[in-house]
Amino acid sequence: MLDATSHRFDKLPDAPGVGYKPQHFSDLLDAPGPVAWLEIHAENYMGDGGRPLAQLRHLAERFPISVHGVGLSIGGEAPLDRDHLARLKHLLGWLNPASFSEHLAWSTHDSHFLNDLLPLPYTKATLDRVCDHVDEVQNAVGRRMLLENPSTYLAFEETTMPEVAFLDEIARRTGCGLLFDVNNVFVSATNQKTDPLSYIDSFPLDQVGELHLGGHDEDQDETGAPLLIDSHGREVVDPVWALYEHTIARGGPKPTLIEWDTDVPDWPTLRAEAERAAPMLAAALA
Amino acid sequence: MLDPARAAPQGLVNPDGAPATKRFDVYRNNVAVSLTEALETAFPVIAKLIGAENFKKVAGVYLRQHPPSSPLIMFYGDRMPDFLAGFAPLQHLPYLADVARLEQALRRSYHAGDAAALDAAILQELPADRLMTARLEMAPAVHLIRSRYPIHQIWRFNMEQGAPKPAGQGENVLITRAEFDPQMTTLLPGGGTFVAAILSGRTFGEAVEAATAQVPGFDLTQTLGVLLGTAAIIRLNEEQDR
Ligand SMILES: [Fe+2]
Repeated sequence: MLDATSHRFDKLPDAPGVGYKPQHFSDLLDAPGPVAWLEIHAENYMGDGGRPLAQLRHLAERFPISVHGVGLSIGGEAPLDRDHLARLKHLLGWLNPASFSEHLAWSTHDSHFLNDLLPLPYTKATLDRVCDHVDEVQNAVGRRMLLENPSTYLAFEETTMPEVAFLDEIARRTGCGLLFDVNNVFVSATNQKTDPLSYIDSFPLDQVGELHLGGHDEDQDETGAPLLIDSHGREVVDPVWALYEHTIARGGPKPTLIEWDTDVPDWPTLRAEAERAAPMLAAALA
Repeated sequence: MLDPARAAPQGLVNPDGAPATKRFDVYRNNVAVSLTEALETAFPVIAKLIGAENFKKVAGVYLRQHPPSSPLIMFYGDRMPDFLAGFAPLQHLPYLADVARLEQALRRSYHAGDAAALDAAILQELPADRLMTARLEMAPAVHLIRSRYPIHQIWRFNMEQGAPKPAGQGENVLITRAEFDPQMTTLLPGGGTFVAAILSGRTFGEAVEAATAQVPGFDLTQTLGVLLGTAAIIRLNEEQDR
């Protein structure tokens, strides 16, 4: 049996972190560089034991951990999956992480889990539903959560509210915090032909507890318009770094995660992304 | 969502207000690709046996028939063995279902709960009459896969360099996990019957009897040696403490 880990870190530092991959375990411990915290996907640590939980317990002694859920389907029409909520509660209770976050998206349809983060229309009705779900999650796990802005490839005719107003209202009503993914802002703005700077400037950054940076792929739709795909499979591009600097200049330095989930590189390549974020954070602090 | 022949839902638009067909297909494609990758991770030996391209096609059929019912993608594929057993185009490879069973059991074992092994002395010092009516409790990571095919040899031939070509008869494969890495052991004749009886909750005596009935010269000492040497047994329960 695993023991509960000690309550050592109650907050993510305003420093770079990375998405933890098991293949980096030793390299990360030997040479973390500026990496000061780690994020894990909750669902990968919902087994009963073995190496994943042993590694996590070891890492949690040394690094603040952020638990990032990808399976709750908070934006979905269906009621939340009670079994999954119970697993999440168990993991958070055992690990007592510095932060917990989920997505403004849905992934469950007809009781099937689709393993992708799908967008939702922004209306009064979906707002009520998402707020109910966030309340339910926060009550069940007994802690505040952060909700992440999505990357989107299309829009809904039904939508009546801007995304920023939608997220702002959720935070206001439920008391949850927000997770601001700068790459998602860039991807969505490119795909929706909107202005990423005005998105950032209208965003309630004071509610933001964590920033995400990641890489995307470039494609085109059938009309030849650019279509960016949120793949988390490469370096963060320069325009996203520029938006990041703008974000922390306006909102102050915040815990900043490098997300790299597909075609995961070796440790020095991933750490180099954190090394690029570190001086920007230091400059925003000054 | 998973059916590529279905049209995109109404009301999804691109920035100019036109139907977002290709944009919707990005989501549809992401779902299929990510689930296919999950199955490739789960069943590397099946993928080698039928070839990577064929595996993608099989995965495409499987994920539409059996989309995941839980967000625990690390366990996705529980129904793959039965699916392969009934999948007409692959009937010429009758061992696939059991190899898939083995791969799925290895994955389950990897994520199973931790448990400390039984001290061998407890077993050795118990008087024979009490041992015969006692029940051995196996670690959560222990699995037994019994097959008419040499599935452990097939697994090794595809995963280990220099492993010999599979030959011979069926195998009883015991999966254990002394620390973090599941380990496979092919049990001697009778050993499979003994372990299966123990796993189904029979007493030690009943398990010995079942194994001896099947294989008159059943080597209990050898089988117990394997179980103790791989941290498979975690407790010995006597009738009175049940
Ligand atoms: Fe993100």
